[in-house]
Amino acid sequence: MSTFSKEHIDYLKKEQKYKIIIHITQTFILIFLFLIWQILANTNVINVFLYSSPKLIIETIIDLIKQQILFSHIIVTLYEVLLSFLISIIISLIIATILWWNKFLSKVFSPFLTILNSLPKVALGPLIIIWAGANINSIIIMSLLISTFITIINLHEAFISTNKNYIILLKSMGASKIDIYKKVIIQSNKANIINSLKINLSMNFIGVIMGELLVSKKGLGYLIMYASSIFNIKLVITSIIILGFLSFILYSIISYLEKKLL
Amino acid sequence: MEKILLEIKNLSKNYHNKQNEIKAIANLNLNIYQDEILAIVGPSGCGKSTFLSILSGIEKESSGKIIKHLNLKTGYMLQTDSLFPWLTIKNNALLPLTIKKELTNDNINKVINLFNKYGLQEFTELYPKNLSGGMRQRVALIRTLADNPNLLLLDEPYSALDYQTRLALSNDLYNIIKQERKTAILITHDIAEAISLADRVVVLSTRPCHIKKIYNINLANKTDPINNRKDPKFNYYYDLIWRDLDVHI
Ligand SMILES: Nc1ncnc2c1ncn2[C@@H]1O[C@H](COP(=O)(O)OP(=O)(O)O)[C@@H](O)[C@H]1O
Ligand SMILES: [Mg+2]
Repeated sequence: MSTFSKEHIDYLKKEQKYKIIIHITQTFILIFLFLIWQILANTNVINVFLYSSPKLIIETIIDLIKQQILFSHIIVTLYEVLLSFLISIIISLIIATILWWNKFLSKVFSPFLTILNSLPKVALGPLIIIWAGANINSIIIMSLLISTFITIINLHEAFISTNKNYIILLKSMGASKIDIYKKVIIQSNKANIINSLKINLSMNFIGVIMGELLVSKKGLGYLIMYASSIFNIKLVITSIIILGFLSFILYSIISYLEKKLL
Repeated sequence: MEKILLEIKNLSKNYHNKQNEIKAIANLNLNIYQDEILAIVGPSGCGKSTFLSILSGIEKESSGKIIKHLNLKTGYMLQTDSLFPWLTIKNNALLPLTIKKELTNDNINKVINLFNKYGLQEFTELYPKNLSGGMRQRVALIRTLADNPNLLLLDEPYSALDYQTRLALSNDLYNIIKQERKTAILITHDIAEAISLADRVVVLSTRPCHIKKIYNINLANKTDPINNRKDPKFNYYYDLIWRDLDVHI
């Protein structure tokens, strides 16, 4: 079983090549877009004051590094995202587990969850600031409100649609509910849990930036807010690009975890 | 047939939902004897699976009595192998021992012996997806045997497989039951499988099910299931049971 035929080795090589080609194409598309952008800027087709340009963005980044403020903004945003991500995942797992465990509670709370989830959280912004203060607490709360309900709903859905035969089988062996939870529910839903992590992370980014736009004195959301208030468009766009890069990195980490665990 | 392993008296089971009450079993009386293979046939939806899930303790009876003798311990096998894809073949088979916290070296070795005895030793560290459907059911059977039950409850164990594999596995099943000295209740929709494997065949009525007939299968020359199909008296039983089942299309 350990030695493959030549045909199979060729097949594996081909698959490997295919993957590399996809990555190269993606990189080229990015480079191409930035190039076009730069050309349009150089030929004055677009107004660099309004639309900026890759060159300006690089200059802005270097500038931010020189002033030693780039990383402190990134760190603040990252900290807020990761903190709310962690809290949200723990809360969601616990509540989804309770709802799976107790059908009565799940029946009672499911309409509330649906309503809370569909409520546009940004509408709560002013209230949150009044209650929690114009500080990091408000940002974390905003982020949690956006991510937690949907994650609870997704996890609970996954838990209750676990293969019934697996559960019958364990019951026939005299398994307790905690056995079923540990041996089947968690194990068979690993993929769903990781998917929830991904959704959660995107939601936390949205929540944190929203919160920062509203209240903060630091972070990428604050930078965007500040830059747009003084009409510094290149700084706005730079911040957005850094944000995109950041979420890409975190997303990649989860994908890597996914490959390791599954 | 001597010692009674299980007495089932006036067993009834009703399911309830908003629309109506479903009577699945009504006044079923049956004795199970040690070392016998008892096959149960009956119209689909008549309550056969319900019967086994009550015996295995998954469902509770509505009324009636189940009297257990001789330290009765059941092992349940479903229609699908239900092997956990995230566990190796070995860990799947050890599941009953894991759940019952009986993972002693002695018990683990017994399971490994079963693997060796029934030709699965090279697969133990693989995952279920690497095995054919027939092999997977064989693993499921070993899993059922892992914590050494004396009564096997087999709910149409091979019905999801193709005919050739099913024939081979019925021989397999018969040999394993006899070698491991187990008692077995086998639900099947295949009359030929019932006659060729069992000592007795129970025919159930339509829902709510009760016992319609019990046949002692006395073949002229009883050997293994595949050969039993060629027995001169095989067709005799086949016709009788076929008529009892009274299938209308
Ligand atoms: N958990 C359940 N809740 C409600 N009705 C059920 C349940 N399980 C089985 N039934 C009903 O009981 C009847 C017998 O089912 P079952 O024992 O699975 O039949 P069989 O195995 O003979 O095909 C069917 O009408 C089925 O719909
Ligand atoms: Mg059934």
